[in-house]
Amino acid sequence: MSAALPAGWRARFERLARDQGLEGDPVDMALVPASFLLEIAAYGLPVRMPHWSFGVRYLHQLAHQHMGRSHLFEVMFPGDPCRAYLSDANGVAENALVTAHVLGHADFVKRNALFRHALAMTGDRVLERSAARARRVERARSRFGQQRVEAVLDAALALEAHIDVRKPLHRPDHVPAPRPPAMLAGPCPDPSPAEPEPDLLWFIARHAPALEDWERDILLAVREEAYYFYPVHACRVMNEGWASYWHARLLREADFVPPPCYLHAIKCHSDVVSPYADATAHALTINPYHLGFVMWEHIVARDGLDAARRICAEEDDTGFIRNHLDRQLADQLGLFVHATGGDGATRMVNRELHAIHEAILAPTYNYGAPSVAITGVGADGSLALTHDARRDGRGLDLSQAQQVMGYLARIWRRPVAVHTVDFRGRPRVVAGHAAPA
Amino acid sequence: MAHADPTGWYQLFSRGARDWLRHNDKLRQALREQLPDECAGPDAITSDLRRMLRVPAPQLTLARLRLAETAGQLAVGHGPGQAGALLRPAGADDGRSADGGGRDGAGRVRLDIALDDLIDCLWEQYQLPDLRAPGTALRTDAELVRDGWDQRGTRSRLDRRRTLRQALKRRAVQPGGAPFATGDLRYRQLVRRPRATGAAAVFFVLDASASMTEAERRLAKTFFFVASRGLRRHYHRLEFRFIAHTSHAWEFAEHDFFQVSGDGGTVASTAFELALALMDAHGAGHRDNSYLFYASDGDNFPEDRTRAEQALGALCDRLNYLGYVETVPGMPRAAATEMTRLCAQLAGQGRAVGCGRLATGDDVWHALRTFFVAPPAAGAAM
Repeated sequence: MSAALPAGWRARFERLARDQGLEGDPVDMALVPASFLLEIAAYGLPVRMPHWSFGVRYLHQLAHQHMGRSHLFEVMFPGDPCRAYLSDANGVAENALVTAHVLGHADFVKRNALFRHALAMTGDRVLERSAARARRVERARSRFGQQRVEAVLDAALALEAHIDVRKPLHRPDHVPAPRPPAMLAGPCPDPSPAEPEPDLLWFIARHAPALEDWERDILLAVREEAYYFYPVHACRVMNEGWASYWHARLLREADFVPPPCYLHAIKCHSDVVSPYADATAHALTINPYHLGFVMWEHIVARDGLDAARRICAEEDDTGFIRNHLDRQLADQLGLFVHATGGDGATRMVNRELHAIHEAILAPTYNYGAPSVAITGVGADGSLALTHDARRDGRGLDLSQAQQVMGYLARIWRRPVAVHTVDFRGRPRVVAGHAAPA
Repeated sequence: MAHADPTGWYQLFSRGARDWLRHNDKLRQALREQLPDECAGPDAITSDLRRMLRVPAPQLTLARLRLAETAGQLAVGHGPGQAGALLRPAGADDGRSADGGGRDGAGRVRLDIALDDLIDCLWEQYQLPDLRAPGTALRTDAELVRDGWDQRGTRSRLDRRRTLRQALKRRAVQPGGAPFATGDLRYRQLVRRPRATGAAAVFFVLDASASMTEAERRLAKTFFFVASRGLRRHYHRLEFRFIAHTSHAWEFAEHDFFQVSGDGGTVASTAFELALALMDAHGAGHRDNSYLFYASDGDNFPEDRTRAEQALGALCDRLNYLGYVETVPGMPRAAATEMTRLCAQLAGQGRAVGCGRLATGDDVWHALRTFFVAPPAAGAAM
């Protein structure tokens, strides 16, 4: 059942938000079919390059939705203007909640330094550029064939998270360019990076020995999108918590919303921010909406709204959790650290604050990817990658690494290898070889 | 409030569904590459065709560099209790990973596929080599084809739309007429027309002599079994003849053929002559497509060499294709066998002869691929 907001509600929500000090860019909202929203969630962008792995994600999303394990109300994209896609399956109360939620997101992305920095690099029209790139990939596919385009996309998307967020999106080319084939026999400048290069996509796009322009274009496109997604990844708890805090607050203040609608909306809010729990009131995962919402309420109550806005501007999830998830909050939320032993049983380990912080943050470090960097290019053009196992605490998943090296070898077109350690801590080299043409 | 996109372009097609289909294609391709190994075991013929095989599906997700999963990794949860409390007993993993399943979804999937469906899937890519165009085959088949409409016919063939249209036309010129009249009725007509069909006779010849070990016989029978199952799926007008020989040759019913075991020496010419006799008796050979697949360990009595050569030569004149599959006991032989030499000689004369080897169960599909994937050029040699 599709139900648009009654006339004037959106303007009143926006006025209310301005009165409360929310200062987001204007939001362009579109009501779209639930099926399309599902696609946006699977692809990450409304129109994105085609790849079979998105089909897998789409299938997972579809299955989750059919099983009632996920419900998509909206997806929002930062920019100027921000774009929000609302499901046409939402009722009036849900749309009221979602509108307020989106205004909260818009305020967050306007304030937060990481979002501002990323948007300054990627520009405002990311969605349009992504759609244009999708068309270019389609054209490449019809021109060069599905196999070749997929080979590049396999490698690019597999290494999607391997960018260097400390470096700018548009980097100067400080490493000597690769030799033209005619000069292969002669002396040549060494293309190896001076120091380990964690921005794999950039290095491969710049220095792969036999990459064509359209292939480079795809690699750089995936890299640019990764820069755009980084703040969403790095501020998930803060961002969702902030939007949840504001939708609850704006709904409370919205005297134009009739009580039955308010009741429905606030019930919907409590579904969104409720903690996961099983019959024994235990949950082995945490709901980021719940954690963020509770933390922001706590911060606003303790330090006031101005302090909360300062935190919102300056922190990402790492700082937010480490600095502001304190003992009192951890106890209030009943947080603990658990581990699954070799016997398969999961046990509570402790309730130490530091351990809780690090366990929440561990999956988000380094864009959720292992610390792998390019350390050298051999005389034969072979590429050496090194995994910093000491930093990550353990080695790579070897079978996955084997497959990724296979993808990489197909576009590097020379042997590639990653140095890591196995589960005993012994050095292992996982190599990929380019298939003969 | 949010506006609905006036163009509604996203309702026209689904990118997700398109990429999902592409993923399915990849999955099918990967499965097809993997299936021969799954179902080539020599026990395939003795098993129930409805039996389900548990096939590990190929990796469904895009691989990424990730840290190895080890026991003792920490994750966060919430709830009451003390350190050391058991939260989930061993073996109760419901598939949700500790990080909330943020990854693309684990790809460890096993598919239950009936052996029957599996053979179907593999046979999609196979065809009989050098099948002559139907025009050259004289065998005809009656076929029912549509042949317009008529005012008479059986009730089940009544075409309501045309009948209604006739009634409307009639009432346009006869206002106030009956809603329907007998003359309005229109029935779809079918006629029986003879149609030339591509028919083929396929001879399966097995060397059942004592020199063939039990393992070799099973391999050969597996080959014949899978070939017959697959060919039947593809071609409706196939006639199979099953011949086994030792120093004599006999024709067997299909079921008995797969149970046959023999004793005694090897005189291959008897089987070839029997195949020729069967072709003559049934009028096959001159008019039809005919194929012969022979499985043997390659040995033949030296005295039979000339006779076998002549019989094979005569057969090749009448066959579209002769497939020879040689069973290899354990280790490869140093010298070419008698049959290999004969086939190579025939191939050298430009006859349509193909050769394959069966050493292990895995070779069954390789052998099938040799014969059935693409029409091999005449004179293919081992």
